[in-house]
Amino acid sequence: MDQKELHALEAQCTQEHAPPCTAACPIHVDVRGMLAAVAADHFDAALTLLTKRLPFPGIIGRVCEQPCRAACNRKDLGEALRIAALERACAAYGAPPLPKRRLPGRGQRIAVVGGGLSGVTVAHDLARKGHRVTLFEATERLGGTLWETPEDVLPRDLLTGELTQALSDGVEVRLHTPVTADLLEALHADFDAVYLGVGQGPQADFARELLAGVAPDTFATPREGIFAAGRAIAARPTFIESISTGQRAAISIDRYLQRVSLTASREHEGAYITQLYTHLEGIAPAPAIRPAAPAAGYTRAEAVQEAQRCLQCECLECVKACAYLQHYGSYPKQYVRQIYNNLSIVMGTRQFNTLINSCSLCGLCGEICPYDLNMATVCHEARQTMVAQDRMPPSAHEFALRDMAFSNGEAARLAHLAPGSERCDYIFFPGCQLSASAPEHVERAYADLREMLPNVGLLLGCCGAPADWAGRSDLFEEAQAAFRADYATLGGGQVILACSTCYQMFKTHLPDVPVLSLWELFSEHGLPPSAAAPRDLPGPLAVHDPCTTRHESAIHESVRQLLHEMGLRIEDLPFNRERTECCSYGGLMWLANREVAETVVQRRIAEQPLDYVTYCAMCRDFFADRQKPTLHLLDILYEDDLTARAARPGPRFSQRHDNRARLKRRLLTELWEEPVSEPPAPPIQLLLSEEVAARVEKRLILEEDIREVIACAERTGNRFHNPQTGHFLAYHRPANVTYWVEYTPVDDGYQIHNAYSHRMEIVMQPKAEEDA
Amino acid sequence: MNTTMTPPPPDEVEWVCARCGEPLTLGEIEVAYLGSAFPVKLWHCKRCRLALIPEELAQGRMLEVEKMLEDK
Repeated sequence: MDQKELHALEAQCTQEHAPPCTAACPIHVDVRGMLAAVAADHFDAALTLLTKRLPFPGIIGRVCEQPCRAACNRKDLGEALRIAALERACAAYGAPPLPKRRLPGRGQRIAVVGGGLSGVTVAHDLARKGHRVTLFEATERLGGTLWETPEDVLPRDLLTGELTQALSDGVEVRLHTPVTADLLEALHADFDAVYLGVGQGPQADFARELLAGVAPDTFATPREGIFAAGRAIAARPTFIESISTGQRAAISIDRYLQRVSLTASREHEGAYITQLYTHLEGIAPAPAIRPAAPAAGYTRAEAVQEAQRCLQCECLECVKACAYLQHYGSYPKQYVRQIYNNLSIVMGTRQFNTLINSCSLCGLCGEICPYDLNMATVCHEARQTMVAQDRMPPSAHEFALRDMAFSNGEAARLAHLAPGSERCDYIFFPGCQLSASAPEHVERAYADLREMLPNVGLLLGCCGAPADWAGRSDLFEEAQAAFRADYATLGGGQVILACSTCYQMFKTHLPDVPVLSLWELFSEHGLPPSAAAPRDLPGPLAVHDPCTTRHESAIHESVRQLLHEMGLRIEDLPFNRERTECCSYGGLMWLANREVAETVVQRRIAEQPLDYVTYCAMCRDFFADRQKPTLHLLDILYEDDLTARAARPGPRFSQRHDNRARLKRRLLTELWEEPVSEPPAPPIQLLLSEEVAARVEKRLILEEDIREVIACAERTGNRFHNPQTGHFLAYHRPANVTYWVEYTPVDDGYQIHNAYSHRMEIVMQPKAEEDA
Repeated sequence: MNTTMTPPPPDEVEWVCARCGEPLTLGEIEVAYLGSAFPVKLWHCKRCRLALIPEELAQGRMLEVEKMLEDK
């Protein structure tokens, strides 16, 4: 990811964009923040927020034309918030913040012509910046057109009070001083800059030519050093617009005096339409609060009530839908920046490694995002970068990569023509996790396929998804090369896939290989010949679509059609099909961040009280392991006792290995009647209590690891002994992990009391060295 | 990382070296990960060169340090 890509990604997330009210407000009052403070009865904080942008809250609270209200997302849900009335309440009930200190004087002098709203705004803003300002007003009072507002709406003491207060520090006001063309010449010669806030009407005639040439973004007139804004140049002659253009002219004058660019970085000045997306479905309408005494405005309590109707507009659509995005307490705009920074660190802690590795890569966020920002792509690429930088934490994915190596190793991998066939028209590729979870269903489906179709070969192995998820392009390519080699040996053909992850990997990375999902095939050719006879079926089930089928609507349909055909009543989960959620296995989330993974899976299984049906072995096992009765589609096709089957926990990791290895041996001996050499030595028999087995599983220690430790200890004698308990304790480091096993030899094997592991290596100095 | 891995090892150890039958002694042993090495006080058998990493250390402080080093 380079900076340009980062900025493009950041721009896709609109969470930090202004809410519609603020964008529509020409001076960008933080309405949302202000209303949140009022809703919490914090009027001081609300007034502080308001006066950040607005020097005259009392006046504007009474006269503002409120373009914000037309943009308010509440407008069709009761009524737009009464924002000006709430501003007035802030001015009435909030303590004014301490006046900000003026910046130190810079000795430059500015003449402001006109004491209307824009002129007073310019004078106020420039005085705060340390300039010496003289304001020339033709009449006897400040305020200009504000005086046309009826007095009951805008009390005169308030009008003069706020304007005088705004100019109290650093502005010299000269009333009764009409400016003519001659005087303007004198001011231009005498002052460093001149502002014209002369309003509309005959009094502006002397400057007509200058006003006609005002630049719309900088408010510079054609004459250097003279600026103009306010009603004189306004397309919309409103009070709030006069303040806005006055503020922007003041920025230009300050820049002009500092001799810096007038035009740089001035996007989003004035009113605009925000891109912030806010989901409004399901929000109950609520009518506006009406003040009991309209002339007096809102009481404090009424204002609080009214402010509580504010929707506090924000997007967070993806965050609401994803427990992972929620877990880190922020949103994608921040996350992509954190990821970018993480990848750029040369020295120091890469504190976002786990954030990068915890995404399930399911892509739901991209589906939901109104601007298609997909964190899966970002995290996936970041993992590849980390691997390339040699910065991927070794513990993050190693267990899954070992599992993949096992599936594609001698013990489990198999590629074979159908018995008696000379060639392949089809190849059944059931996938490593179906072979691990339900090897008997792989055998049965393969038998059915051979009856339904000619020349169906079999390929047992892993598609390489774990390597892809881990960012290990090298291992992923290796897995694909292994497939291509076997595919070539078998002579090609259409590949029938039972796993949706395999399906996604094949479609994305092996586009030249024709594939078909087992479910599409069954739905087109009819139920398989060995499908279970009609029997008592469970009540309605909720379908869970695996996240890797997100964009495979044909598979969604086939699965539902099959379930109907088998007589099942089904319901959809609220998030399903293209908006389905991951079970937490995807992207190796379950391995990289157990805490988030557990939240994700628990949330998914709680979405519907019905039992679930799915067509991914991992989803099924993950759900069933957490006491959510879940059936695999093949369970419904092949099993009689569906209640027992739905409750069946997934096999443990060691058992998954065994299941794959046994499947290969059984098929070779029974189906192809090929001689299979016996395993080299009868494996060491291990006895583990349920409790120990569960603990060891959680620690990702396989029975084969335990056997290696014991074999090594028994062979070398390197072990500790506890004379009280009679237990032995030994360790062994076959590769990157040191495994410890506490055990007791028993008649027919070894009783395992405990096992644990660490990655740190014990460095024992050679004996001679230590003694010396 | 602190040069001592907390918590300190227990004053007594219930294990003896099964190889030579001798009681274990407490001393500094080096542990290393990803290019960093630290001395740790561990019970070990000097003669047979076997060091004992207790479960609490492996699953506790050692795991924390491993994670820290992995993010360095």
